[in-house]
Amino acid sequence: MKKTNSQCGRRGERIFSNVCVLPSLAGVLIFFLIPFCIVIYYSVINNPISGQFVGLENFKRLFQAAAFRRAALNTSTFSLISVPLVLVISLWLATLLERNIPYKSVIRTFFLSPIMVPTASVVLVWQVLFHNHGTINQVLDLFGIEGIDWMKSSHGQLIIIVMFLWKNIGYNMILFMSALAAVPRDILEVAELEGAGRIYQFFHIKLRYLSPTILFVLILSLINSFKIFREVYLLTGDHPYDKMYMLQHFMNNTFNSLDYQKLSAAAVLFSAVMIVIIAALLIAEEIFGKDVES
Amino acid sequence: MSRHTKKRIFNIIIMVFTGVAAILFLMPTVLTIANSFMTSNEITANYGAMIGNMTDDKKTFISENVNLKFIPDKVTFAQYASVLFKSPDYLIKFWNSVILTVPITVFQVLLAILTAYGFSRYPNKFKGIIFFAYIILMIMPYQVTLVPNFLVADFIKDNVGAMFADDPEKMPKFITNMRWAVILPGIFSPFSIFLLTKVMKRIPVSYVEAAKLDGASELQILAKIHMPLCKGAIVSIAMLVFIDYWNMVEQPLVLMKDTELHPLSVFLSQINAGDIGLAFAVGTVYMVPTILMFLYGEDYLVEGITYSGGIKG
Repeated sequence: MKKTNSQCGRRGERIFSNVCVLPSLAGVLIFFLIPFCIVIYYSVINNPISGQFVGLENFKRLFQAAAFRRAALNTSTFSLISVPLVLVISLWLATLLERNIPYKSVIRTFFLSPIMVPTASVVLVWQVLFHNHGTINQVLDLFGIEGIDWMKSSHGQLIIIVMFLWKNIGYNMILFMSALAAVPRDILEVAELEGAGRIYQFFHIKLRYLSPTILFVLILSLINSFKIFREVYLLTGDHPYDKMYMLQHFMNNTFNSLDYQKLSAAAVLFSAVMIVIIAALLIAEEIFGKDVES
Repeated sequence: MSRHTKKRIFNIIIMVFTGVAAILFLMPTVLTIANSFMTSNEITANYGAMIGNMTDDKKTFISENVNLKFIPDKVTFAQYASVLFKSPDYLIKFWNSVILTVPITVFQVLLAILTAYGFSRYPNKFKGIIFFAYIILMIMPYQVTLVPNFLVADFIKDNVGAMFADDPEKMPKFITNMRWAVILPGIFSPFSIFLLTKVMKRIPVSYVEAAKLDGASELQILAKIHMPLCKGAIVSIAMLVFIDYWNMVEQPLVLMKDTELHPLSVFLSQINAGDIGLAFAVGTVYMVPTILMFLYGEDYLVEGITYSGGIKG
């Protein structure tokens, strides 16, 4: 189909469609791709003035920095916990809301509502909830459990996991709901006639059709998990407790000290890690979801 | 019990469960709005313990605990009056948010209409490669993209600065304020292009061919076929972009040194002890544009989220 379309197009029209892409391409080249090449270059030289090639020296320096190691550890811990969590919870909620329950659309709206709320607007409520003398500790106190100073303890990550789930579940749930609605009804009907229960249907039929969406939600949540700096910054400012010191904090500090080499090495390393993770996910999905894709 | 009643009872149990969870999800927003109608005395009494640097004689009035209150003792608009009329600082920061977010949204979407059209018509190998590069760019977190953005901003600033080397005072304000360092990369961010290309690719070729038989030019096809057919998608993408940038923190923090020009989404975290009584009202005011958008366009928003699903589609 595409082929005939491009064949019957006149030359001028083909050129016009190419020209349409140019302004965006120019912008992307200027603001992202070309400077990123410079970033790669910066990551392997000693300084921009002498421009001497130093190999992996900057990367070594990066790993020697305790702040970087802490930031990378905290960020990856946070992502490893929160991404699977948000995936499972939003998929579960989507399957619950697939049923014909009363007030379904109101419930969906409520779950979706955090998307529209800027984090900065509600940050005070979260601070009150997790304050040392705050709501959660008072509730714990009622049950005779001693409270924790959430913001300043190793449980600090729990706050940002809760905030992350709050912000992201609605979006992912909508994605799963629309994917669930697209599972072919005839297959489910046959399965039901054959006596397959809901759980069997979910794991053996729906889950397979959902695999592209699961992949997408995984990638999206992973990207969003790297934005958690926003919540931490708004909660605790520039200098959070150790457990909440994120990669973006490290980047900001390195920006301030104008250490371009370290900064570039971190960006290059991070982009390589992202590409590896996403390629692995794509390959996994290819193997897992092969037989259902038409 | 028949199968049918069993199913209904089960559905009601699920409704109660998801309903409670849903209400919990709404609570932070509702609490912020509810607290914005309290008097500042009440707020200080409730949240005073959060503020470290209170003088001792004042502290006696404050309970040691921080109490999250739902219903104000006395409903008042005093906080709003202060925010809107007495402390211009917040309105200026709100305006800062507007002049960053609105140009990004408008131009990113306009550019996306043109670019997505280019990508969806007459696909070829080069466009395929470029589109793939856009997807890679899209998955890169700020920790990666902000470094190149920073380098370019620095480069431009230095070179323009050199042009005005003999008289730095003459340098135009729109250059020195560094807003463009946030706005320009925002405009060229490929998110809208990615979504809109997927939508435009679904337009049946037969529509376009029919228009061409009637003698329509490419520009007319874009204006008369693609744009009307994608109207819903364009609105929903614009909403997603606006909401995303209205909430931005990382970019201004790294790219704009002058904190006076920071948007409210960054500034709200720096609200100081003396102003805690206003924080809820400021927060609520800041939600108004996105809440309105949500109330009027929830279906668009859901549609937009649905488009975004599936990288390959």
